[in-house]
Amino acid sequence: MTIVDQDPVAAVLPINLAELCAARWPGQVSASLDSAGRICRLACRAEELREICAWLMSELGFAFATLIVEEHPAWLLTYIFYKSAESPWVHVELQLDGDTVVVPSISHLANGPSADWHEREAEDLFGLSFEGHPRLGDFVLHEEWPEGVNPMRHDFDARQPLAVREPEPGWEPPTIVVAPGAFAMPVGPVFSDFAESAHFLLETVGEDVIRTIPRFFYKYRGVEKIAEGQPVDRVLLLAERFSGTAAFAHGLAYCQAVEAICGIEVPPRARGLRTVLAELERLRHHAAAITGICNSTALAVATSQAALIEEDLLRLSGEVARHRYLFGMVRPGGLTCDLSHMRCRELAAAIPELARRLNDLYRMLRLSSSFLDRLEEVGIVTKEQAVSYGLVGPIARASGLSADIRKLFPYAGYGPLDFVVPVERQADGYARLRVLFREAEQSASIIRQALLVLPDGPVSSDHLACCAGSALSAVEAPSGATFHWLRLGADGAVARYRLTPPSFANWHGFHLAAENFAFQDFPIILASFGLSNAECDR
Amino acid sequence: MANWVLKGLATGIKTSPYPARHDNSVGISPGRPQNTVLDAEKADELVRRCPTSAIVRRDGKIAIEHGRCVHCFRCHPDAGGAAATWELGYEWGAVSAGVERARQKLGAAFGRSLHIRFLDAGACGACISEARQLNNPYYNMHRLGFFITPTPRNADVLLVAGPVSDAMRTPLLQTWEAMPPPKRVVAIGACAISGGVFGPSFAAAGGVAEVIPVDVIVPGCPPPPLAILHALLVAVERKPPVSPETSGDGAA
Repeated sequence: MTIVDQDPVAAVLPINLAELCAARWPGQVSASLDSAGRICRLACRAEELREICAWLMSELGFAFATLIVEEHPAWLLTYIFYKSAESPWVHVELQLDGDTVVVPSISHLANGPSADWHEREAEDLFGLSFEGHPRLGDFVLHEEWPEGVNPMRHDFDARQPLAVREPEPGWEPPTIVVAPGAFAMPVGPVFSDFAESAHFLLETVGEDVIRTIPRFFYKYRGVEKIAEGQPVDRVLLLAERFSGTAAFAHGLAYCQAVEAICGIEVPPRARGLRTVLAELERLRHHAAAITGICNSTALAVATSQAALIEEDLLRLSGEVARHRYLFGMVRPGGLTCDLSHMRCRELAAAIPELARRLNDLYRMLRLSSSFLDRLEEVGIVTKEQAVSYGLVGPIARASGLSADIRKLFPYAGYGPLDFVVPVERQADGYARLRVLFREAEQSASIIRQALLVLPDGPVSSDHLACCAGSALSAVEAPSGATFHWLRLGADGAVARYRLTPPSFANWHGFHLAAENFAFQDFPIILASFGLSNAECDR
Repeated sequence: MANWVLKGLATGIKTSPYPARHDNSVGISPGRPQNTVLDAEKADELVRRCPTSAIVRRDGKIAIEHGRCVHCFRCHPDAGGAAATWELGYEWGAVSAGVERARQKLGAAFGRSLHIRFLDAGACGACISEARQLNNPYYNMHRLGFFITPTPRNADVLLVAGPVSDAMRTPLLQTWEAMPPPKRVVAIGACAISGGVFGPSFAAAGGVAEVIPVDVIVPGCPPPPLAILHALLVAVERKPPVSPETSGDGAA
């Protein structure tokens, strides 16, 4: 079953990329490499933007990571692409002149709509206009939000509460299906038992749901905006707490960005422990996702068994790292506190037992045909769809993609560790469940290995002076690749913080899995995605 | 064929002894700082270090406004320098400061059968996860007569997490209005009490009490499952609330 993908397009060397670009668009695109040869900047005009992005994604096999919008005061848009450790990061920079607010959209290129939500978000929050985008309009800010108020602009005061507005009584969500007897069933934003707030419009003509129109950002807390102007250690609280179930991964990504800007060296012990804690979080996250899938099929004993493992992992986290969700552990320069030898031994002893229990559960689930019937061939996202939508994490890996930031751009202490990235090809709910179990097994193995080679020494760097600059940090969060882009101002405060979490990328593709299905499968499709709205909405 | 019945039986009883007895298990609470007597210099240092203004100086000691504390551990003894003492309890449910008004009694009938509607008003996921743990075999709140209900029309208690994001203000209000009286609102977590690290701002109201009346608060970021359980027991008057001195709600 294990199939590790070989990338069809070979690595693109940094120097080649700049030359290729100069040859293809002579005089129109200026290409430059940073001193370390890790970032290739392509400064282009609006006329060439689409061609360059299409070239990078379709011909060279780059993936779109994130779009960064800055107001300086003229607009600077940076489209960031990545491929692998051998290829550089590509920053396509588009500087708009004067008061231009119109940008060509790259969402409808042949290579797919991976930038779609980034452009819709920028339209809503910055008031930019993306020419040729197939679907703009209310997105992050819902229809009651006053038109023309763009909260990410510099002149918008984040501390001012917005006037309370009444929802329009006559408003109805737009529907797509036109057929005799067609109707739309709204689900949410307050639904189910402990569901996060989100809205799904299920369009149906009777028994089967034809398509699902999701509506998110009920939980938009303006994290990127309220981070602006705050000191680095205050924004760390936001980085950890905007998505509490992946707090360590996001805290780590933020700290790595700070460390890259300020040239802070993280001591080896801290790097090892960061790996241990990140995998402990992944293990717990996956146990929770498995609990959710068992619960969605109403398999009570399995739900209880998975929930026991989840709670035991929460308790273990609380025991070794004080906090059940690992808040307050990571900081720029290392960790806030060491794990004593005794704690490390406890962790090393507890993990194999938990891994054994998970494996036991996996074995029993595979023998439960009534359970498998609910998951197999449910919620399929094909590999082609996963690529074109830029899906990441376990969901992408269940659709045959092998990308994993831990392998592509090793950080913390992952470099020398021996682990595989499990990939499945069936692309259905069951494939996603298998990926979760197999990744959890790998996480347990990574924790054991990292603890074995954990060096002694300090867990935090003494050098913590902040300086101005910007950096992008990539981390494999439990639900996939997360990109944190940070700019620190001359005063040492955060000038711009761009968060691109995996749930943002993956919710974008959720509707692909929720087409033409029986209504009772909806909770199962939802659970098999196991995504966080808090993480997506920010 | 997997034998789930046998598996369930072989697992044995996992249920917490709480509320009959104290639960001493390790890792069930992150702990929280306590009011601590410190000399002026150290107290000032802690007040400066606290990123959410949860530490204030009062009568020669530092006092903790728990509704603001987000467990950043920057006043923890591990952090070095001046430190507050930390307790590892979980009975954190307190009566909301604004609730001394006359209320309809829930009545004895609710003591053993309480239906709860959970509402996510912009929570980060950790509070939701801790509330969800109440259904796991360790905490198993059904044994206490507490049930989660999907509809507000059957609900006696609205359990709310999150700082109330702008788009959740109306759904929160409508859910509360749909509940028949008598009803209670329990706000869980620093965000639902004071806005936590997010608010108040343009995007968040900065607490549930800004929109609907709150009866019981549970500080914590997130409050552990037993703290939420304690608050539910407080809501039906089966446990006394902790006093506002040790569990301030930020309005003290």
